[in-house]
Amino acid sequence: MSWRKQGSQVTSVLVVLPSILLIGIFVYAFIGRTILSSLTDWGRDPSQALAVSPILRFVGLDNYHQLFTGLIDGRFRQDLVSTVFFTAFFLAGCLGLGLLLAILVDQKPRGEAVWRAVFLFPFALSFVVTGTIWRWLLQPSGGLNRLPTVVGLPPGTFEWLTSRTQVWRFGWSALPMALLGLLGLALSAVAIRAWRSGRRSRGLLAAAGGLLAISVAALGGRSLAPLPFPETHGFNLAFVGIVVAAVWQMAGYTMALYLAGLSGISEELREAATVEGASGFQLYTRVILPLMAPITLSAMIILGHISLKIFDLVFAMAGPDNAYTDVPALLMYITTFRGNQFSKGAAIGTILLVLVALIVVPYLRTQLRREGDR
Amino acid sequence: VTARRVARGSAAGRWVLYGALLLAVAFFVMPVYMMVVTALKEPMAIDLATAWDPPRVWNWSSFLEAWTAFLPKLKNSFVLTISAAAASAMLGSLNGYVFAKWPFPGSRVVFAFILFGMFIPYQSILIPLFGFIRSIGLYGSIWGLVVVHTVYGLPITTLIFRNYYVDIPDSLIEAAALDGAGFFAIYRRVVFPLSLPAFVVVIIWQFTQIWNEFLFAVTLSNPDSQPITVALAQLAGGEAVRWNLPMAGALLAALPTLLVYILFGRYFVRGLLAGSVKG
Repeated sequence: MSWRKQGSQVTSVLVVLPSILLIGIFVYAFIGRTILSSLTDWGRDPSQALAVSPILRFVGLDNYHQLFTGLIDGRFRQDLVSTVFFTAFFLAGCLGLGLLLAILVDQKPRGEAVWRAVFLFPFALSFVVTGTIWRWLLQPSGGLNRLPTVVGLPPGTFEWLTSRTQVWRFGWSALPMALLGLLGLALSAVAIRAWRSGRRSRGLLAAAGGLLAISVAALGGRSLAPLPFPETHGFNLAFVGIVVAAVWQMAGYTMALYLAGLSGISEELREAATVEGASGFQLYTRVILPLMAPITLSAMIILGHISLKIFDLVFAMAGPDNAYTDVPALLMYITTFRGNQFSKGAAIGTILLVLVALIVVPYLRTQLRREGDR
Repeated sequence: VTARRVARGSAAGRWVLYGALLLAVAFFVMPVYMMVVTALKEPMAIDLATAWDPPRVWNWSSFLEAWTAFLPKLKNSFVLTISAAAASAMLGSLNGYVFAKWPFPGSRVVFAFILFGMFIPYQSILIPLFGFIRSIGLYGSIWGLVVVHTVYGLPITTLIFRNYYVDIPDSLIEAAALDGAGFFAIYRRVVFPLSLPAFVVVIIWQFTQIWNEFLFAVTLSNPDSQPITVALAQLAGGEAVRWNLPMAGALLAALPTLLVYILFGRYFVRGLLAGSVKG
């Protein structure tokens, strides 16, 4: 690589410098300012909220404290729960339907490209367009609910976006105990796996951690209750329609990811498996699906972070200020730009960032490391 | 490669296959049918009970009405989308050239730091961004949105160009260097002329993303500079809506990106796959 000695590295740094500065300011400095704002009382005094240079007081983690345990911020906690449920169903729908579509298209039907194009086209639409159409499709006495009448069945009665029903309710105060219990179980699983693969010290460490978590949960779990009052949350059925619309938009994208992986599986491997006596079904369950595991992981991470950020679809389908279909990304917008509660909005934004970073940073690290290896 | 074209499975299996495919197509096309049918009905003829019936009389005036209402917004979206896509593609190309062919100490870390910018939830920068755009006098101007989309487009454009340029053989660049070409001359004479496919992928991707974007648009624009997505959300979000107009508007808002998708589908998929980092 002798050419690199001739040009100095100064030039290459100078060329990317504008981009580094822009990203440095617009991403990292702005994140820093958001975090700082979230530690102040910006917006609590209405006279200061919209001032050009507001007088701010440092309040530490009070905004976060309020969001997780404050009396008036129960809506945020429900939003967190809703996001978790939404993400679970959205992931299951996209991965399931996406994989099914990919396998169908992988059978090389006639007009393969056309089928694929039809399944993928919603991905080229705006979430606002999707939301507008599906809002009309999910009108309680029309659209999808009328569909059974086409074949002579009685119309459906599900109140898609207007449902006020909540299922799978649980007390917010039980959450620390439940999370600790889950952590304990996860660590126990890690311990068993490490022990089996011969890494004794890691196994012991994980076992000790797991035991600690479980015993804390069992002994002191109840006293960890964050709220002095009972508060229940659950899955709002009004989200079902939003999940359907979101899967409609993103299943084709998932299919495209899987198809890229399926095209990498050589015909020789397929033939070898068939010669060995694998049926068409076994070919997929025994040979191809295990090879798709890394793609499933990538897809889960990409779809998961999209799900945490979902904003426009909910806005377009259920309106910006609907407590039954609220998510943190929307609540941040409402809190900040309608309610002028800037510090609380900043805190919600920061929490969202942490959630997304927990998913994305490990993924980016492994991806870039793999890049470096090749 | 030709062997892959051969159909798989038995005759009965093929029937099941086509049945399943048709069922899936019905699911994906159903909303489009509903959109077109509703947009073509006369407002008085729209009734929840007969929502699935085709229109008795084809009424095109909703499209005319939506077109008149949306024309300024469509113009805003085109100005925004084309400017920001071009700017972020140009910068991304130069960045990708550096990261692929002229690495400097720490360039891999810098690359990762730039990439992270494409995953952040924009709610985490929205408040300072709003203040910044207002302080430089671009709040409510389409150019504020151009700046924003150019900057937040840098990670993906840099990524796509870098992955594309990595595959340009070093020998080509070495040969140009032996002829005495420097950093910029190599870019101009060797790299840029080979970049057309990457530019197509990047510009199509950015066009689609920016055209469809909503959060920045609703936060940073005013009625004069609104892009189409904000106008559509407002039109459809009203309480007693007549659904023919939102459906006609949705079709207008969807048409540009749909056309791009139909005409350049292959490049669109390449951008999509690049977005999952692997490239």
